[in-house]
Amino acid sequence: MANECKYTAQDFKAGQPRWCPGCGDHALLAALHKAMAEIGVAPHNTAVISGIGCSSRLPYYMNTYGFHTIHGRAAAIATGAKVANPDLTIWQISGDGDGLAIGGNHFIHAMRRNIDLNMILLNNRVYGLTKGQYSPTSVRGFVSKSSPYGTVEDPFRPAELCFGARGHFFARCVAVDAPGCVEVLKAAAKHKGASVTEVLQNCVIFNDGTHADVYTKEGRAKNAIYLKHGEPMLFGENNEFGLMQEGFGLKVVKLGENGITEKDILVHDAHSEDCTLQLKLAMMEGPDFPIALGVIRDVDAPTYNDAVHQQIEEVKQQKKYHTFAELLETNDIWEVK
Amino acid sequence: MTVKELDQVVVRFSGDSGDGMQLAGNIFSTVSATVGNSICTFPDYPADIRAPQGSLTGVSGFQVHIGADKVFTPGDKCNVLVAMNPAALKTQYKFCASDAVIIVDTDAFGAKDLEKAEFKTDNPFEEMGIKNTVIEAPISTMCKESLKDSGMDNKSILKCRNIFAVGLVCWLFDRKLSLAEDMLRSKFAKKPAIADANIKILNDGYNYGHNIAANGATVFRIESDTKEKGRYMDINGNKATAYGLIAAAEKSGLQLYLGSYPITPATDILHELSKQKSLGVITVQCEDEIAGCASALGASYAGALAVTTTSGPGICLKSEAMNLAVIAELPLVIIDVQRGGPSTGLPTKSEQTDLLQVLFGRNGESPMPVIAATTPTDCFDAAYQAAKIALEYMTPVVLLTDAFIANGSAAWKLPNLTEYPDIKAPFVTPDMAGNWTPYMRNPETGARYWAVPGTEGFMHRIGGLEKSAATGAISNDPENHHQMTLTRQAKVDNIKVPDLVVEGDADADLLVVGFGGTYGHLLSAVNEMNANGNKAALAHFKYLNPLPKNTAEVLKKYKKVVVAEQNLGQLAAYLRMKIEGIKLEQFNEVKGQPFATSTLVNYFTELIKK
Repeated sequence: MANECKYTAQDFKAGQPRWCPGCGDHALLAALHKAMAEIGVAPHNTAVISGIGCSSRLPYYMNTYGFHTIHGRAAAIATGAKVANPDLTIWQISGDGDGLAIGGNHFIHAMRRNIDLNMILLNNRVYGLTKGQYSPTSVRGFVSKSSPYGTVEDPFRPAELCFGARGHFFARCVAVDAPGCVEVLKAAAKHKGASVTEVLQNCVIFNDGTHADVYTKEGRAKNAIYLKHGEPMLFGENNEFGLMQEGFGLKVVKLGENGITEKDILVHDAHSEDCTLQLKLAMMEGPDFPIALGVIRDVDAPTYNDAVHQQIEEVKQQKKYHTFAELLETNDIWEVK
Repeated sequence: MTVKELDQVVVRFSGDSGDGMQLAGNIFSTVSATVGNSICTFPDYPADIRAPQGSLTGVSGFQVHIGADKVFTPGDKCNVLVAMNPAALKTQYKFCASDAVIIVDTDAFGAKDLEKAEFKTDNPFEEMGIKNTVIEAPISTMCKESLKDSGMDNKSILKCRNIFAVGLVCWLFDRKLSLAEDMLRSKFAKKPAIADANIKILNDGYNYGHNIAANGATVFRIESDTKEKGRYMDINGNKATAYGLIAAAEKSGLQLYLGSYPITPATDILHELSKQKSLGVITVQCEDEIAGCASALGASYAGALAVTTTSGPGICLKSEAMNLAVIAELPLVIIDVQRGGPSTGLPTKSEQTDLLQVLFGRNGESPMPVIAATTPTDCFDAAYQAAKIALEYMTPVVLLTDAFIANGSAAWKLPNLTEYPDIKAPFVTPDMAGNWTPYMRNPETGARYWAVPGTEGFMHRIGGLEKSAATGAISNDPENHHQMTLTRQAKVDNIKVPDLVVEGDADADLLVVGFGGTYGHLLSAVNEMNANGNKAALAHFKYLNPLPKNTAEVLKKYKKVVVAEQNLGQLAAYLRMKIEGIKLEQFNEVKGQPFATSTLVNYFTELIKK
């Protein structure tokens, strides 16, 4: 089906984005255009469905089918579209408020059911469109217009929510890291089932610098680890650091110190059904740990949309009635002569 | 034994909610319909899943009205009451006509049973001042005796008590048992031993009646010769609704998709459609009401005939996605099986209190067609029509039913789908590619053309933000918004609906007006008034938005007009808003119970005199 040479990024572009200059959404959009071209699904077989918020404007900039819906409900609407028309490739776009606050219920149930959706979660840890209130991913104590003295609540971590909802695919990228984005978006599309790609994205107006540690190439070299299935978990400017297991947790080690060699370093297994270590990787944060990027979990599982249609086919084989007229005949009928 | 001919009779089965009264009532009503009687049923069940056994709150009832001629209501008062325990007697006696025959299971009237039903003496009949004929049958004892060699345990044996009552009632009305036997065989097809036990008990009940009749009891017979020839089945409103949707999907050639969340009294539509996978029906039981509607809208976006089902509390939650369907102009059928409100209200009881909610309960100018089914069997046609309008006009449509017609049943002449009108959604055609924009409209219907994702050459973006009529791009232009608002309104206003029909006396002194599920009661009341020499007519609304074109003309023709509805005057208020200067009387009752025809007749007759 996929023909890598068939499309260019240009084929997926439409409209003139209205995001603020410097907004991370611009970079993600460009990466998505590129990823879609490389994935090779025709624009007319692609639907992009979003909720409400800055990032949910994204469908207007796609030369595909697009539906900019209502706040929080994109996952539910995308669920109906995919189940009714499984031939479509559906991308579902939400921000942290849209997906995890008002749309939290739909988010977890789309994961649990394993609807074959490519869900992109643009996480800037703030409400942008309503001009600067804290979001469910804002750090405790975050000062915003609706929390002038700091928030008194802990944030969600999208990975934890995804794994808690029995998600089978979770990846993370930084909006401005084009190769990193394209790589995980392609992996998300390839994954059969619900995939969540968390995009760490900067809001230049209301939460500038929220992902500063990993927002530059240099920062990522120091503070991030790119996870690749089957490869040792090495990071640092010269790959001088690695991750090892210690007790129930992880620890950062320096190669060469205490006799540690590459052989001692954990090898990433994104396909492990048991998500314990994957969750630990996803939950790592600075300054003691690097932030994990790349495909953290990618496990095959039956999808809801396939199962629905498979069951229909099975019952069609079992039952002898397939039309309305035949259905009527299954009832107790009497005749008045 | 004497046989007395009757035109009509009302039988009410009542007992503990675990006593199988709904099944008993269903069997008897279907048997009666099968021999050609007209039937109308009303299951009256408690909201509790299982109240304490034998308690007053746990009583479940099933009333069936059987007539030689057409019957339109389940009847005000019953002529026969089956009371399986003291609690049933206590709570259901109020539904008895003065000369009603009462059948009780004396074995269930022990000291403890009487205490549970809060009787103070050991003679409940005397305590309640009951002077009716009472058939006191030791049903439990007889069931135990009859099935002692069956190998069944005591508990299973006593589960057959309801069928003994059916046998007894079948004797009382001179019904052949073969039909009831067939029904039991099919009901317990997977448990032949249980089927045999129930059939034995059915015959025991019949024979018991026959034996006590030796000393001069009366058997009733209801003739039937008026019914239209054809093939019939018994159907309740929820099943008829599900069938109407299946028929519409087949006719339109579209995938039927239901997104729903369980809620009383609408859930049976979800149950029915979930069974029909061999017809390709997709049902998704969602995480909440919001997702039920939202996922249906997603399915509609992707090209399906999409439906969501709920009751009043669910409409509140669905309203934002319904509103998105309005601005996105996507077809969607929203079914509201109304129940008592506000809030959780009376979940198992019937009201008509959602009319204004579905007409106006959304932000912005949000016109939405509303259809209200009038009888259990009309739910089929109404659901079909709702789907047709949704698809042909590219709009969400609300179908209002209510707990009364959803659970009530009637004999239904099997429809022939070839006689139903075509359903043609306005899909884009390949020749439109290039010039097409998302809000280009069919000049006749005002519907925008439907470009389903997957269609080459029609990629576009829609959404909840206002769009330019010309280009389909986001538009904040004041003139455009004004025009789009008018266009959406005009599209709904111009939907073709049948004219309002006046039944009864055309020169009536009083025009009765109603909508939806009260049709049977209002028509019965009007017919009775005319039979009594009080000239009355009925104009009953099935189409609420848009209203039939002749609405003002009909309503202004009569000197006195009364709007009778199960709310505090929502239709009356709506008609006053739509028809300038109209003067309307009101009859309003919000009791969760169907109207009583006698109450209506009295009220309307007084109104004529005023």
